[in-house]
Amino acid sequence: MRILVCVKRVPAPGSRINVTEDGLSVDTAHLGFTTSPHEECALEEAAQLIEEHGGSVCVLTVGPAEAEEQLRYAASVGGTDFSLVLNDTGQDWDPQQTAASIGEAVHQLEAETGIFDLILFGNESADAGGYQVGVRVAVALNRPIVNGIKGIEVEGESLAASREVDGGIEVYSLPTPAVLGIKEGINLPRYPTMKGRLASKKAEIQTTETKVPAGAQRLVRLHRPEETVTETEVLGDGPEAATKIVDLLDELGVL
Amino acid sequence: MPGVYVLAEHDRGVTDPATHEAFTAASALAANLGESVVAVCVGSFDSDFEIACSQYGISEGIILKSPLITDYGPEIWGQAVADLLKLCDPRVIVAVGTDKGNEVLAQASARSDMPFVANCVEVEHKADWAITRTQWGGSLLEDVTVSGDFLFLSYAHHAVEPVPSATPSEVTLQLLEVEVDSALTRTLVKERTSLTEGATLSTASVVISGGRGVGSADAFAPLEELAELLSGKVGCSRAVTNNGWRSHADQVGQTGTRIAPEIYIACGISGAIQHWVGAMASKNILAINTDPEANMVTKAGYAVIADLHEVVPAVIDEIKRRRGTT
Repeated sequence: MRILVCVKRVPAPGSRINVTEDGLSVDTAHLGFTTSPHEECALEEAAQLIEEHGGSVCVLTVGPAEAEEQLRYAASVGGTDFSLVLNDTGQDWDPQQTAASIGEAVHQLEAETGIFDLILFGNESADAGGYQVGVRVAVALNRPIVNGIKGIEVEGESLAASREVDGGIEVYSLPTPAVLGIKEGINLPRYPTMKGRLASKKAEIQTTETKVPAGAQRLVRLHRPEETVTETEVLGDGPEAATKIVDLLDELGVL
Repeated sequence: MPGVYVLAEHDRGVTDPATHEAFTAASALAANLGESVVAVCVGSFDSDFEIACSQYGISEGIILKSPLITDYGPEIWGQAVADLLKLCDPRVIVAVGTDKGNEVLAQASARSDMPFVANCVEVEHKADWAITRTQWGGSLLEDVTVSGDFLFLSYAHHAVEPVPSATPSEVTLQLLEVEVDSALTRTLVKERTSLTEGATLSTASVVISGGRGVGSADAFAPLEELAELLSGKVGCSRAVTNNGWRSHADQVGQTGTRIAPEIYIACGISGAIQHWVGAMASKNILAINTDPEANMVTKAGYAVIADLHEVVPAVIDEIKRRRGTT
């Protein structure tokens, strides 16, 4: 199986996200970076699929040169080939531009090495959360895509992909080549092994530059939502608070 | 017919309650733009679409009909919605930013090569579209401008309080035949399994979650018992699923389930952003935590600064005592 996984480098915030003075980006002065969570699971799923069925996992990212860090991490957890589409503008491209750059990269990679049976995206990125890049790429390639996927079974030339909906599970059957938007929970991503870490140092990363069309969407500024200062009513500091808790449940009509 | 077109989300004819948020937001946007509202239903099902329109004061409804639309399918629904641009004259097409709402609009926008802005909270049109949307699951807001006349947009789920119309409207329904590519039936739902009867994590009026502080999978038993007593559901934080203590289906958070219960009881949860954005739509929050400085505690309306392993059993005993079942 030839699988392509598209990942995004995102900051790893703790309990608060701060914005730079110009309002144009998240203040990452004291933050590390990581792979967006849904995509980390997409990568794990790809690694498991080729362990079972054989094949390769190409990992692609669009971002600054520093996104090499996420590709090297991918090499330590099962990626086999790596491609960085350079965006050195200092800002994310808009969703249509991002999809166009990935579409072009897929054409190039497929021309060089053959069709990908499966392309995986994260359901949405942790930061911008535009909910569309994977779909745009799939539509441009005229390949089927379903989002929110939390289970994949290979059934000959097609894939059974399932997702959770309120109160149940929906199952789709997609002919390959196909594209899927993956959600966290499909698996528990592995940690890099020592062998993996060594592989990541040696991984060869192919960097490409691309011209994207003018974007329709322009960032004006980022800002934090107005904080409603919550007066926390402390009901107690031990099990004796149970009385007040049950009073509260009663008051709210849920008892 | 020009106007603000709003997509009704439904499962084989049964309208998803989230649609009411979309109807409310679309009506406000239409008033702002001086346009009328047109509600859109994909597929001709035995449906409560007309009733929902009427309840929310929408007098124009369109049913996009094709013999190929036999169930939900992201591609075929997206194609049908994209066809609206050819068949009608929408100024904007909106939906609520649920998983399906965003999926259908992403498809429709990709198929018509138009912009799509997901999870908006404020929308205006001046020279360009001026939009405020959520990032980081709602922890951050982003002001953007979008050039061009037309766009697709979704409203952040739970950001709009549904307001039914004081007077129900007379609804004129129009059936529009759409020509969809039969190849797109490849992504129709093939089968379904039903997991739970009754309330789910996202619809429960009481949710009791445990975090790292619970300590183990087994230590969730008292939380389960309390949830059962209150007809609620048990949730958890990402740390818990990462430790393999509970299934990811129980995870509350940005990459898990967004909840909006009457009361959320967060036990031993520090309240990292990832978790908070999934819980912040709760009407009331009670945090049980030994750390008075924990983010969850300072953001909660109610708190108990104590060990959850002592407090939860005490609450169970108190409920049983009052019900006379001990």
